[in-house]
Amino acid sequence: MIYFNGVKKQYPKGSVALEDITLAIQPGEFVSIVGHSGAGKTTLIKLIIAEEEPTEGTVFFESLDVNRMRGRDLTHLRRRIGTVFQDFKLLSNKTAYENIAFAMEAAGKSDAEIAADVPHVLDLVDLLEKKGHFPGQLSGGEKQRLAIARAIINQPEVIIADEPTGNLDPINTYEIVQILKKINDLGTTIILTTHNRGVVDAVGKRVITLEKGRIARDDKDGKYMI
Amino acid sequence: MPIVNLKRMFRTGFLNFTRNGLVSLSSVLVMTIALSVLSGVLLFEHVLESTLHTVEQRVDVSTYFVPGAKEEAILALKDTVSALPEVESVSYTSEKDALADFRARHADDQTTLQALDELDKNPIGAMLNIKARDISQYGSISAFFDDASTLDSSAHSIIDHVDYNKNKAEIDAIQGIMSKGRTLGIIVVLVLMLLSVVVTFNTIRLAIYFSREEISVMRLVGASRGHVQGPFIVEGAFYGFVATIVTVILFVPITYWFGRNMTDFFGGINLFTYYLTHIYQFAPILLVFGTGLGALSSVLAARKYLRV
Repeated sequence: MIYFNGVKKQYPKGSVALEDITLAIQPGEFVSIVGHSGAGKTTLIKLIIAEEEPTEGTVFFESLDVNRMRGRDLTHLRRRIGTVFQDFKLLSNKTAYENIAFAMEAAGKSDAEIAADVPHVLDLVDLLEKKGHFPGQLSGGEKQRLAIARAIINQPEVIIADEPTGNLDPINTYEIVQILKKINDLGTTIILTTHNRGVVDAVGKRVITLEKGRIARDDKDGKYMI
Repeated sequence: MPIVNLKRMFRTGFLNFTRNGLVSLSSVLVMTIALSVLSGVLLFEHVLESTLHTVEQRVDVSTYFVPGAKEEAILALKDTVSALPEVESVSYTSEKDALADFRARHADDQTTLQALDELDKNPIGAMLNIKARDISQYGSISAFFDDASTLDSSAHSIIDHVDYNKNKAEIDAIQGIMSKGRTLGIIVVLVLMLLSVVVTFNTIRLAIYFSREEISVMRLVGASRGHVQGPFIVEGAFYGFVATIVTVILFVPITYWFGRNMTDFFGGINLFTYYLTHIYQFAPILLVFGTGLGALSSVLAARKYLRV
């Protein structure tokens, strides 16, 4: 489903973030990408959503070379991928309801679909009672649950979660992992970056370990080993 | 664009306007200043034009005829002069009327009136008062009277003098002031307008700079450029709309004060009356300028952050 072929990413000031990355992620997989800070986890994610371009090599989403996509094609690709970030990246001047409705509007959904689906997904992440709250009025765990709700609302084929538990306490971390596992059980591919041993071990699925921008290990039933 | 997208664009733009209270307030404030400058410029233009027009109206050329010149000959000359393309109007004052005017002007000067009574015939000749279409054309009208080839000798013999040469310096000075006044007016207008546009554009750019993170998030969750940019355009246009209302209201007391205290200074032009009677012309100009500037500034400012 997602293919990296000999990918290298070098930033303008000369630092190499990724080198010689070749990997394939199949539909329905739950892949944890682990590594120290600066190992290249976030850069790998940014290459999938075309927020960055590789210096060498190619990144494919199915048969699409994502770095050759521009304008409308890129917009359509991003609608097939749900993203969850460590810093939530919620729209601060929109309520919880509007944050999710915005993603649906962007995907061209009708007002009737929005009115039917948004309360449902808010209920799923236990935020229905806070639908009128702005992100600034929510706790860290609630913000991340809202970000996940936004990511799944358009039923994407892949969810990319970049350090989603980085700012959360253990209880909220556990809740987020359980939600992601549940989404994966329903058939959505999950790509999770983390340096939280507990999270990786709790998932117990494929683990790709990055060290200094290279793939150090790729274990099918992995444990966190650095 | 489908109606539903347009509706969402307006709803989101309006919500952003109301929720970004302080940013909206400062943007509206700056735009109100810009629109006030524009209103001031429009009023200034009117005052300048009216004043220059009044001055222009006061300039004329008078042709004086020798006493006893035949009225038919003068009226024939009047017809000839009226036919000139440079001439707007010609008025004839007969010897009798000229004498009556003279007596009226010197009603308090008994010595002059007595001296006049001593004479057995009217010493004051008839007169043609000529107004040109443009102040620059008085020279050629005067030359018409001087040129022997344009008038026959009988016509020349009845002309006493033309006062153009006497007034030439004044006419040239007025013409110079008017020309410089118009040029200066255009320069002032352009400079003030440019300053207003630059200040407004930068204020809106700053407002959108605060939203740069949100813009990139919108793009990352799959929103098209139009979907992200639309509400910002509406928000920018809304700044202009609200600023137009504020400015139009603000200029009522301002022009009232000018009307009460400065009408004489402006040569009899009452700005308050002028503003109230022309408000239907002012408001659309401000509205188009304000909403257009707000929307355009938003388009240009947001474009930078859409490249995600």
